[in-house]
Amino acid sequence: MPDTLTFPPRMGSSVGQPLSRRDGFQKVTGTATFAADNHPAGMLHAVVATATIARGRVTHLDVAAARAHPGVVEVLTPANRPPLARDPDEKLLPFGFRIEVLQDDRVRYAGQPIALVVAETLEAATEGAALLAPRYAAEPARVTMETGAPYAPQAVGIGGPARVAHGDVEAGLAAAAQRITAEIDTPPQYHNAMEPHALVAEWQGDRLTLDMPNQALVMARGTIAGFFGVPPENVLLRSPFLGGGFGSKAIVNGPQILGILAARMLGRPVKLALTRAQMFGPVGHRGQTRQTLRMGMDAEGRLTALHHHAVAATSSFDDFIEPAAAASRPLYESPAILTTHSAVRMDIGTPGPMRAPGEASGSAALEVALDVAAEACGMDPLAFRLANYAETEPITGKPFSSKALRECYAEGAKRFGWAGRPLAPRQMRDAGGLLTGWGMGTAVFHCPMFAADARATIRADGSALVETAGADMGQGAWTALAQIAAEALGIDADRVEFRSGSSDLPDGGVAGGSGHTATAGLALHSAGEDAVAQLAALALADPESPLFGADNAGVFGRGGRLYRRDDESRSMAYADILARAGVAQLQGRGRGVRNPKAAEGHALMSHGAVFAEVKVDPDLGQMRVTRLVGAFAAGRIINPKLARSQLLGGMIWGISFALHEEARHDPRSGRLMNADLAGYHVPVQADVPALDDMVALMIHEDDAVVNPLGVKGVGEIGITGTVGAIANAIWHATGYRPSRFPVHIADVLPALR
Amino acid sequence: MNRFDYHRPATLAEALVLGATPGAAYLAAGTNLLDLMKLGVARPGVLVDVTRLPGLDRIERLPDGATRIGAMVRNSDLARDDGILRDYPALAEAILAGASAQLRNAATVGGNLMQKTRCRYFQDMASACNRRSPGAGCDAVGGVDEGMAILGWSDACIATHPSDFCVPLAALDAVVEIAGPAGAREVPVTAFHHLPGLTPAQDTALAPGELVTAIRLPPAAAGFRQHARYMKLRERTSYAFALVSVAAMLRWEDGTIREARLALGGVAARPWRATDAEALLAGAALGRDAFEAAAHAALADARPANGGEAKIELARRLIVRTLMLAAAGTPARIPALPASPFAATEESLTHA
Repeated sequence: MPDTLTFPPRMGSSVGQPLSRRDGFQKVTGTATFAADNHPAGMLHAVVATATIARGRVTHLDVAAARAHPGVVEVLTPANRPPLARDPDEKLLPFGFRIEVLQDDRVRYAGQPIALVVAETLEAATEGAALLAPRYAAEPARVTMETGAPYAPQAVGIGGPARVAHGDVEAGLAAAAQRITAEIDTPPQYHNAMEPHALVAEWQGDRLTLDMPNQALVMARGTIAGFFGVPPENVLLRSPFLGGGFGSKAIVNGPQILGILAARMLGRPVKLALTRAQMFGPVGHRGQTRQTLRMGMDAEGRLTALHHHAVAATSSFDDFIEPAAAASRPLYESPAILTTHSAVRMDIGTPGPMRAPGEASGSAALEVALDVAAEACGMDPLAFRLANYAETEPITGKPFSSKALRECYAEGAKRFGWAGRPLAPRQMRDAGGLLTGWGMGTAVFHCPMFAADARATIRADGSALVETAGADMGQGAWTALAQIAAEALGIDADRVEFRSGSSDLPDGGVAGGSGHTATAGLALHSAGEDAVAQLAALALADPESPLFGADNAGVFGRGGRLYRRDDESRSMAYADILARAGVAQLQGRGRGVRNPKAAEGHALMSHGAVFAEVKVDPDLGQMRVTRLVGAFAAGRIINPKLARSQLLGGMIWGISFALHEEARHDPRSGRLMNADLAGYHVPVQADVPALDDMVALMIHEDDAVVNPLGVKGVGEIGITGTVGAIANAIWHATGYRPSRFPVHIADVLPALR
Repeated sequence: MNRFDYHRPATLAEALVLGATPGAAYLAAGTNLLDLMKLGVARPGVLVDVTRLPGLDRIERLPDGATRIGAMVRNSDLARDDGILRDYPALAEAILAGASAQLRNAATVGGNLMQKTRCRYFQDMASACNRRSPGAGCDAVGGVDEGMAILGWSDACIATHPSDFCVPLAALDAVVEIAGPAGAREVPVTAFHHLPGLTPAQDTALAPGELVTAIRLPPAAAGFRQHARYMKLRERTSYAFALVSVAAMLRWEDGTIREARLALGGVAARPWRATDAEALLAGAALGRDAFEAAAHAALADARPANGGEAKIELARRLIVRTLMLAAAGTPARIPALPASPFAATEESLTHA
């Protein structure tokens, strides 16, 4: 695999073009088939019954009543649940989670599956589940930081270090001219993709066909096959469309296994779709955190020490520790940096990756603390961040593969109109008298790559078929990945057929960590290059070809023709090359994986700067984000239209984090009391600035190190920086410094006299 | 219960016969009832669909100058009716501040009156709720919902009525027209919703089998049109229930308030008419001092049910704000963010 850019952007390339979504027409006309739209003949409906206590045992289920209900076919409980080939309490690293599949009568959290009712109709299954009328031996619920059991985690996130120390933080604090401490709480949040988890499972012998939205098809196929003791090839997982994933659909969960199990047990296809309320429990969430930041600054406002400690909630039976403090490692220069985590076990479903896991919560707290520090130093927040700009990665000293953050600050500030912002809070009002505040935050996200494979076939007519089991969850992967493939193939994007979203295709890796475009894209690019190289070999070996005599590096493809690089008047159409060679089609293969040698010497990060304007009613405390400008440097942008949507979407999730999203447990019962979209708020149109005032600038960045495509990823960075920027704008408007998210009216009210 | 009988009667008389069946419920758009049935909170054995009954979808001007709004008039149609916009602008503003465009297109006038509290504990079948199961207790007391009542609550129930529409209705002295097995009658909207007392399950004045057929706005209600506002405070700019809402209406001459109307939403199990405050305003000099005094009077008996002191303070401030806005004048057009503090302010404040 090459480790530098093998092609310059050029005329005729589809990469870099703002193409519209390939699946847009299907989506807006309702012809896109989502998992729950499948209705194979003889299909049964399964409904999960869930626990209403948070800890204890199920002592009785009225299975007889459920079975007696007309239409009910079967009731699965721990008493009759067929065996699985794998222990659901076994921990499978790195992405495996312990799951709840009726292995015993224990209740570990409210919302845990305690039975599965299968019936001829959804209504009968629903009523059957209600008729179970469970009785419990309940134990006190532990759902708060105060009642949970604290411990020192071995790792945070997916195998990340819990503690990273650089320099002497206490000495740095002691020597500081200014010291600040900031404490920030973030709440439990639930992914709540528009499309709930759903599946239609059909067994034929020991072969399973599964329609189920999923962000990592081939990995999920292996996990599922393991639970059922069949080879992975026996499982066909189809996921052509996802109505959002946000991390929840990257990890196999208990209800999925139960639905598949019911289909095998009963010998009929089974559909299982979670209700909205059931999305709050067994399918992951962002764990709550309590974060403390301590900073010291010298007389010039330069950090002398930075300590970020995060306490994160996890379940009583598994570990996913929101790696919030990790956000303080790569961003600001300081001679002493300490990031530490502790964890608290609670009676909750196991948290998992959700929309920038770690970075979102950690950046929210870090950027608020930065603002507190800037205030302590009497400095403008942007000037303060520039004074602490890291030219190399602070802890490791490694150079960044690329870092156009300075340009992000400059372009973002210019577009926003940051200059002239008064330092003190409560200085600005709009024409209508609303308190107006400006705040900012730095966005940062790492650039992971997974591993992916792809095939590219050049057909006799000069068109191409490219294939990888990728996932389009609304981000536009189908379109951007096809553009990359078209680029490598030298064929116009509209002549490239793209097949994806099915586990029988080459492994497309994980659509997560903002690494899908880079990983699957690189696989497709390599496959395309491989196919073109094979084509070139045919042409160069043909004495009648106008390309004869050019060596392999001396030709390139464009618009379905192969050209001599030194003489573009000499070219030949792909179809003609194949026809003259008597080859029906040829197939290239490629793999997308990070070259560790190229990357190990560098820090690989995307960056950005987000500027927010918030208006607050001076008496009533109601808040609204009225302007949001983000400037992001995320390597090469494959499709600016889709990338802009991704970045704006991330920023809107930032509004959501700052002002809206919060799952509320009743600490007495441990139940979530707002498990629906009326109670669990996400922003509506009126909470998002008008389109003219909602800006995502893409700052040019060339990066030959991060991967040969130069792609860093834009999926998650938008939420980072934004949360802090909004909180800091609230402070600037009101003088109230948020210490918890989301910020409520009652929080700012005391500051409004 | 997932098995029920469904009827779609063609006449009111037929509907009333069906509605008298034990366990029957009238179904209009179902924007609340169907959710409650899915949750198991409501389990009617008979649904009587009243959406096709003739004559209930009209807005009429009566000979005495009153306006009658049929119970099946859709919220969106009502809020866009020229006569409503002209004579009762705060009513239109309140409707447009509620729910979402899709819900307003479906939801009816009668259904709005009949909707249940959105108290999380009422909707959670695993929680104790006296409103749902008399005598069961109230888990909302000491719970995590800060949006509970500050007025008129009891130890048995601290829930609030969620309607926006009913708040200006209460201020305007609207009357609810009711048909039932024992004939037609009418009830002032202010007496239609019951405070919980010891019997929160009996939440309205309707007897079994009775059906709301119309709302009537008396002729005098139009007299406030030039100074009538509705304001709604909430955690999300749209599509959220009110923390507190206020309908305020004024008539004055020469700087002296002749008559004021004031009602609050989101604070009690009924839309809360603040008659003491109105009495204080009548005859007072128009201005902030009078409005502050009125706010104080309106909340004199307020006590937070769940430690929500902030809610009382917000209600006080919102009363003053809404009276100030009413004094400034009804906007010529309903602003783009109806009832919101973020509504554009450059609109003309001269209402026809």
